[in-house]
Amino acid sequence: MELVCPAGGLPALKAAVDNGADWVYLGLRDSTNARNFAGLNFDEAALAAGVAYAHARRRKVLLALNTYPQAATWARWTQAVDLAAAKGVDAIIVADLGLLDYAHRTHPKLKLHLSVQGSATSHEAINFYHQRFGVRRAVLPRVLSLAQVENVVRHTPVEIEVFGFGGLCVMVEGRCALSAYACGDSPNTMGACSPGHAVRWEETPAGLESRLNRVLIDRYAPGERAAYPTLCKGRFEAEGATYYAIEEPASLNTIEMLPEFLRMGVRAVKIEGRQRSPAYVAQVTKVWRQAIDSLTRDAERFRPTPEWMAALNRHAEGSQQTLGAFSRPWK
Amino acid sequence: MKIALGPVLYYWSRTAIMEFYAGIAESPADIVYLGEVVCSRRQEMQLEDWLELADALAARGKEVVLSTQALTEGAGDMKLVRNVVHNGRFRVEANDMGAVSLLAGTEGWVAGPHLNIYNPQSLAFIMELGATRWVAPVEATREIARSVLKAQPLEAEVFAHGRLPLAFSARCFTARRFNLQKEGCEFRCIGFPDGMPLKTREGESFLTINGVQTQSARVYNLMQDLASLQEAGVTVLRASPQSQGTGDVLHAMRAACDGAGMPAASKDDNWCNGFWHARPGLERAA
Repeated sequence: MELVCPAGGLPALKAAVDNGADWVYLGLRDSTNARNFAGLNFDEAALAAGVAYAHARRRKVLLALNTYPQAATWARWTQAVDLAAAKGVDAIIVADLGLLDYAHRTHPKLKLHLSVQGSATSHEAINFYHQRFGVRRAVLPRVLSLAQVENVVRHTPVEIEVFGFGGLCVMVEGRCALSAYACGDSPNTMGACSPGHAVRWEETPAGLESRLNRVLIDRYAPGERAAYPTLCKGRFEAEGATYYAIEEPASLNTIEMLPEFLRMGVRAVKIEGRQRSPAYVAQVTKVWRQAIDSLTRDAERFRPTPEWMAALNRHAEGSQQTLGAFSRPWK
Repeated sequence: MKIALGPVLYYWSRTAIMEFYAGIAESPADIVYLGEVVCSRRQEMQLEDWLELADALAARGKEVVLSTQALTEGAGDMKLVRNVVHNGRFRVEANDMGAVSLLAGTEGWVAGPHLNIYNPQSLAFIMELGATRWVAPVEATREIARSVLKAQPLEAEVFAHGRLPLAFSARCFTARRFNLQKEGCEFRCIGFPDGMPLKTREGESFLTINGVQTQSARVYNLMQDLASLQEAGVTVLRASPQSQGTGDVLHAMRAACDGAGMPAASKDDNWCNGFWHARPGLERAA
């Protein structure tokens, strides 16, 4: 089983490689990827340096080109595909049908991974991408239970990658316009969700308030721990109750499911967090490397250690962890 | 300009659905989309019931399209999609790539709003597979519609009235409100014929919970944007069913398209059109 880790810059890429990532995924400094944040990501020189660093250590690099291009800026995406091929990137992560078609026709040797933004949740959908574009691997949206993941793996020749740890999208990726609705920044077309520029914090007599483009996402009493106002993780009122109506500020952590993933033939686990620090990448990668190595040595006796869980908990959103949709009761 | 009525997104009783479509048969809608798009646990209507309704509407001159479920989670969901695709009588709206894979190579299906088609290249690809109508994603701007249709002229539909279907999840948020799991949801969503309002902590209507779907609280309304819709090449306007007043909305849309010039009457002030104007969806551009 392979470990796929995030890098928002060269220091994070090195941290991922040095701590045992098999693959490192990254994006360019523009809207061609789903973590289009100021100060983050790679220019051409950094990409070349990152590929060289990883390849010298026999690790692989993935370029995420997983947003949906529009006509006026189409060339930005195709040039990014060309760049990936020219710089020796090992595979690209793509969601858009037109861009998959372009990459498949223009660079037949460039390996294609279907992005989670492609929203493919059935083997019928995944096999379609395989037949039409030769997609080698698909990343599953965080909506399927373990049994449903197993059913997909059984019915496709495409390698399946699942999310292992990090920020949790509650909605089907590629099918969520909540951020676009509230503040105009669309994950699909602009690569951003609940972006920093739309966030306002304000101390008020009612408490500390977080807003996203004027919409009140949450309000905190003195002593309450405030979380970043990702809009699906705020507290709202429905039918007379005020609560985390969509999801608590929590991170996905599936480390205890690794033996199940291995048994059912999941090819890779992915760590979320290109927007996180090199220290996060180093520590989370290290724990997951140890876990996968332990699993490979003896799957029967695999148990997550308290040290791993404590280390991961330090990096979890709101210090809360969940199994998400992999566990049926979550739904 | 044709007027389309999208699929009912809420869970209504069989009786309510039958009464609703009896009214729609008399409405000015040219196209009627039928079927369950949101949740396969909703079973007031089986495929045979939808087909019966489809026959009745077709007999009244409506073009009927059967819509497929947007998020499929397992083999059971895909079986339902397969049954819709192979219904043998009516056009199908594909709302997921699993449905597209089953429709590829057949002629005349509709690429639904939940497929992510934002550029001419993607539309050309889907047209090669046999799609003959494109329903733009709900967040599509005027510029996206215009640029796609300039390069790939095709019958094109835009979501023009109703609460916007913004997101899907594996989790049922209606069940969550009542501390229930989805598998034991008690079908609580049938008690909310227009969804469950979700307000911010200062009482602003923000979103609408509809089972695994999250909608806008505000009604999206492009009736003031008819000129730019036409200029962009849009040929079909979609209204989304609500439990009350849908017939009035369809009449107003028809009148507006026929040159009456007046926007669909909106009694309350709670509407928006931001997406079309490349602004946050909840905003309203003049």
